[in-house]
Amino acid sequence: MDNILLGIQTALTPTNLLVCLIGCALGTAVGVLPGIGPTATIALLLPITFNFDPVSSLIMLAGIYYGAQYGGSTTAILLNLPGETSAAVTAIDGYQMARQGRAGQALATAALGSFFAGTVATVVLAVFAPPLAEAALKFGPAEYFSLVVLGLVASIALASGSLWKALAMIMLGLLLGLVGQDVESGASRFTFGAGELDGGLNFVSLAVGMFGVAEILRNLATGIHRPSMVREVKSLRLSRQDFKDMTPPVLRGTLMGSLLGILPGAGHVLASFTSYSVEKRISKTPERFGHGAIEGVAAPESANNAAAQTSFIPLLTLGLPANPVMALLIGAFIIQGITPGPNVINDEPVLFWGLIASMWVGNLMLVALNLPLIGLWVKLLTIPYRVLFPAIIAFSTIGCYSLGLNAYHVFAIAFFGLLGYVLIRFGCEPAPLLLGFVLGPLLEENFRRAMTISRGDASVFLTRPISLAMLIVAAIFLVVAVLPSIKKKRDVVFAEDE
Amino acid sequence: MASPLSSSRRSTYRLLAVSAAAALGLSACGSSSGTTGAAAGSNYPTGTITMVVPFSAGGPTDTVARLVAEPMSKTLGQQIIVQNVEGAGGTLGAGEVAKAKNDGYKILMHHIGMSTAPALYSNLAFKPLESFQTIGLVTEVPMTIISKKDLPPTNLKELVDYVKANKEKVTYANAGVGSASQLCGLLIEKAFGVDLTEVPYKGTGPAMTDLVGGQVDFMCDQTTNTSAQIKPGKVKAYAVTTAERVKSLPDIPTTTESGMPELKVGVWHGLYAPAGTPEAVVKKLTDALAAALKDPKVIEKMADLGTAPEAADQINPAAHTAKLKAQLDLWTPVIKAAGVKAA
Repeated sequence: MDNILLGIQTALTPTNLLVCLIGCALGTAVGVLPGIGPTATIALLLPITFNFDPVSSLIMLAGIYYGAQYGGSTTAILLNLPGETSAAVTAIDGYQMARQGRAGQALATAALGSFFAGTVATVVLAVFAPPLAEAALKFGPAEYFSLVVLGLVASIALASGSLWKALAMIMLGLLLGLVGQDVESGASRFTFGAGELDGGLNFVSLAVGMFGVAEILRNLATGIHRPSMVREVKSLRLSRQDFKDMTPPVLRGTLMGSLLGILPGAGHVLASFTSYSVEKRISKTPERFGHGAIEGVAAPESANNAAAQTSFIPLLTLGLPANPVMALLIGAFIIQGITPGPNVINDEPVLFWGLIASMWVGNLMLVALNLPLIGLWVKLLTIPYRVLFPAIIAFSTIGCYSLGLNAYHVFAIAFFGLLGYVLIRFGCEPAPLLLGFVLGPLLEENFRRAMTISRGDASVFLTRPISLAMLIVAAIFLVVAVLPSIKKKRDVVFAEDE
Repeated sequence: MASPLSSSRRSTYRLLAVSAAAALGLSACGSSSGTTGAAAGSNYPTGTITMVVPFSAGGPTDTVARLVAEPMSKTLGQQIIVQNVEGAGGTLGAGEVAKAKNDGYKILMHHIGMSTAPALYSNLAFKPLESFQTIGLVTEVPMTIISKKDLPPTNLKELVDYVKANKEKVTYANAGVGSASQLCGLLIEKAFGVDLTEVPYKGTGPAMTDLVGGQVDFMCDQTTNTSAQIKPGKVKAYAVTTAERVKSLPDIPTTTESGMPELKVGVWHGLYAPAGTPEAVVKKLTDALAAALKDPKVIEKMADLGTAPEAADQINPAAHTAKLKAQLDLWTPVIKAAGVKAA
């Protein structure tokens, strides 16, 4: 209790409130812009934080991180432009809600779901951090491999159309994820001698192309869907029914996000995808998913924000980074003369508890910041399309160009935009492809790592209990998913017709 | 904590570093453009200096660069901007400085990777000894041989015996092709006389996570990355790979003390300018570097990282070139013999 009081005192000093606000606002801003992500922003601001005291600088950097998780959903919902992995899931139903004139509700769902999840995850962080971190260490390469398999099988649910097309898209995504330098041998794979591809394809240009640009092409080709969005924006408020619909998904999303966020590497990526799949799987009306189901926004958004928060657990309790942003934060710690590691909680209680308390304050700020903005965002949709779409393309292009100041990224968006359009025309959805792309490298790396450690003995995946349990669940998922689709082949044809 | 040496991190890790570099690059380009006119260096510097770090912001090399850049800019009376140009194991950033104008406004902070690049990369855009003018050595970060905490051996000798006796099941983690941990692994194979089963990771962070979690058996990495886990006993430390014990880890013996003097490796850092930079400019940079390395604040922060500034007689072009030559001679055959290739 003393600790929590200490944290609240630290977080509520005027300076720390101010840096928290700056961090959250900056994070929201970079989250909204495709291309410039939280990591770039944090890297950019690292030198400035030299001059702050350690607690303030980390509060600000952390604010940027979770602020960006918040902001990322805005463009995904309004423009089908996901700036990062988790937002790609939100785009599936969020954008459909926007098309039905429910953009305000989608944004409000995202904001409130995120706030609730953030609050719960902060409590989890404060109460359970050390034991959870120890539990996460039980996850070795074999467990990660099985977890990723489970995630991939579950992701079939991401598609609202044909099962086989969804499987094909996952496979294509897996293959695209293999492009680049091999971790073990350093050999270049599928790069056709192009040095730009050595580092692998870039997620942002892939997502912006496949979702955003492809959608623009489709709108221009059909030319009829667009006006409906503007006409029907009546109310921005959530109805009582909306609240009723979103509450259980928010709770489940929060739980799953909090747990998965702890796992370094794969957890955060899987959180939003998995929670979406689960919602669809247990829903009585799964056919609404992909066509503007509020649950499809509520669950992944809360899962994502919860995971963003709990991904601090390995960093703060063990000094181990769960993702690239956390690796940068370790740099920030070191610059401040703090050795991140298991001793931080005891040696730097002000920092640890202050940071945790500031996360809750930051979440509150984000809701206060974002709810009033919803009206403004939705007005964005009333801009005539002939003005809006060149602006979207221009911003996406600038954002992607800034990734490496290299024209290659611009060509990449154009390429994936065209590819995305072709795939949409064939009734193939981009979300499973994107998941395959993100999980492919994790799948391969952990498989090879597990096999190396076991000296080529594949039974390792079955003899380790956590791994076995996940593979069994994956097998059940697969059977459940495939059986009905074989029976009802004819229904699928209708599902695709728009 | 991601290793700056890893040349093979892809996707997200790389994306972020590149975008960070890009963002920093934008600001740096804008401010240094007006300074190219400076003549033979008599009144150097008259404008902003860019210090290129060929690794991501927040990594150990970046930290070293930022530590010395601040006091150096005070001495020189001009701002030094640290610019991260990450990619291809540091060869992209080095290549950029190699072809920069040799007027002293674009300099490079690089580490041991300068001496391993020719063996690792087949078509390199620069030649370490010919494309650069050395300015001086900065620091040599010690490395530590560590294992998961429940591995039976208690000292380096026992570790050698254990690895030999259990070579069918012992695993060695590294942070990818060309990383310091991989290089140290090559020396360990030679010194122990055993072929290791290497488990590569994308950077030190994930490798350390699995070592702490007991998924892999042992590794060798910079104190910058290992101190935090050694001090609270989350991993077991066997030796430091330096001639003398490390001040911040006084209980850990050196490899020499443990009877393996040939197992000596440190992540040495040096400051470079493009070849043909005027002597007067180089002298000013060398002097500023030497002054920075005497700054008590720099010494203190380096101690936090488990390292210390180079001795005064090493902070000059001659000593730096000698070190680079010796390291090229050491690593080129070791890497070639092991058949390691980065691209």
